Amino acid sequence: MVELALPANSKMVAGITHKAPAGAKRVRNFKIYRWNPDDGKNPQLDNFEIDLDACGPMVLDALIKIKNEIDPSLTFRRSCREGICGSCAMNIDGGNTLACLKPIEECGGDAIKITPLPHMPVLKDLIPDLSHAYAQLRSIEPWMQSDTPAPPDGERLQSKQERAKLDGMWECILCFCCSTACPSYWWNGDRYLGPAVLLAAYRWIADSRDEATGARLDALEDPFKLYRCHTIMNCTETCPKGLNPAKAIAEIKHLMLERQG
Amino acid sequence: MANPNKVDVAVMRSMLSRARGLGSAKSGTAHWWAQRVTAMALIPLVVWFVATIIQLSHQPRSAVAHWMASPIHAALLLALLAAMFHHMQLGLVVVIEDYVHSNRLRVVSLLLVKAMTAVLFLASAISVVRLAVAG
Repeated sequence: MVELALPANSKMVAGITHKAPAGAKRVRNFKIYRWNPDDGKNPQLDNFEIDLDACGPMVLDALIKIKNEIDPSLTFRRSCREGICGSCAMNIDGGNTLACLKPIEECGGDAIKITPLPHMPVLKDLIPDLSHAYAQLRSIEPWMQSDTPAPPDGERLQSKQERAKLDGMWECILCFCCSTACPSYWWNGDRYLGPAVLLAAYRWIADSRDEATGARLDALEDPFKLYRCHTIMNCTETCPKGLNPAKAIAEIKHLMLERQG
Repeated sequence: MANPNKVDVAVMRSMLSRARGLGSAKSGTAHWWAQRVTAMALIPLVVWFVATIIQLSHQPRSAVAHWMASPIHAALLLALLAAMFHHMQLGLVVVIEDYVHSNRLRVVSLLLVKAMTAVLFLASAISVVRLAVAG
């Protein structure tokens, strides 16, 4: 059955508070999920008081400041700090987003709560284990499949209209904010592919140069792989790139129907 | 504290193999479409049914039986029952597939739901037919 409560050793307990330096004027509290696989303790919420006058504008700036100046053991993924690598996806202030694109000012409440992407195994602190999600992406074969050889003298051609169909899909950076915001993915993520992977699947179904459309639809036609989507729309709501995975899933369902006659 | 010398690994299957699982069941579209079709059919049927019920309220049984004796009325009532119970069954199946993860329990509850809705549909259909035919 669905587990509605966390296992005893996963329950969050109160953590420690790191005070802001004396004289700080604009102080903001960051409550950050901490869990270390090596110390055998339960996860805890540590509170970091940050002087916003000595910190960059984004949540990622605060995390980097904490790691550099307060607690170097704080563990999180980050790379490009401009919303293109997808590494710093996490749950900030109740919603999945990229820490580098989330302004601290936009976060409401007294303290800004930061936890890992929901319902994924945690490796350490803010780092979720995405191995299964990556394997699901691999399983839909996200590369061009074509029997017709490429023209010897150039690239495969595509009309402007055909190319336009890929807009809103190629921009996906695979941060998995959407999949981990989806209750269907929480309950049945072992079999349901989730919005990020289905968006990637539709990106290749919609590509005019790809010749494996039928096989791709065959592989998706499944009560669990595709039809666990109940149009909850959390995916589209949370996407930090403003994409619409729910629409891509609806398009796949329409094609399933269309090919039946 | 985790003891690195005592690692118990039950599954060494690759992540890709786990993600592919048992492959595609090559079904699901008919179920998804039937849920939408029955939902759309129920909109006019329920409106018609409620309007009729309001008209027939406080009427004697003979008046209801007389109304039911019309083949169109009886057919629409049966269509309402068929769409309603089919829709209910389709929806409950989705709920069970979502939340019941034990294989055995899932199969048993799916069969129970289907049997229960079939019996409820048959019982209500027989009532309609009896009232329509025998009065």
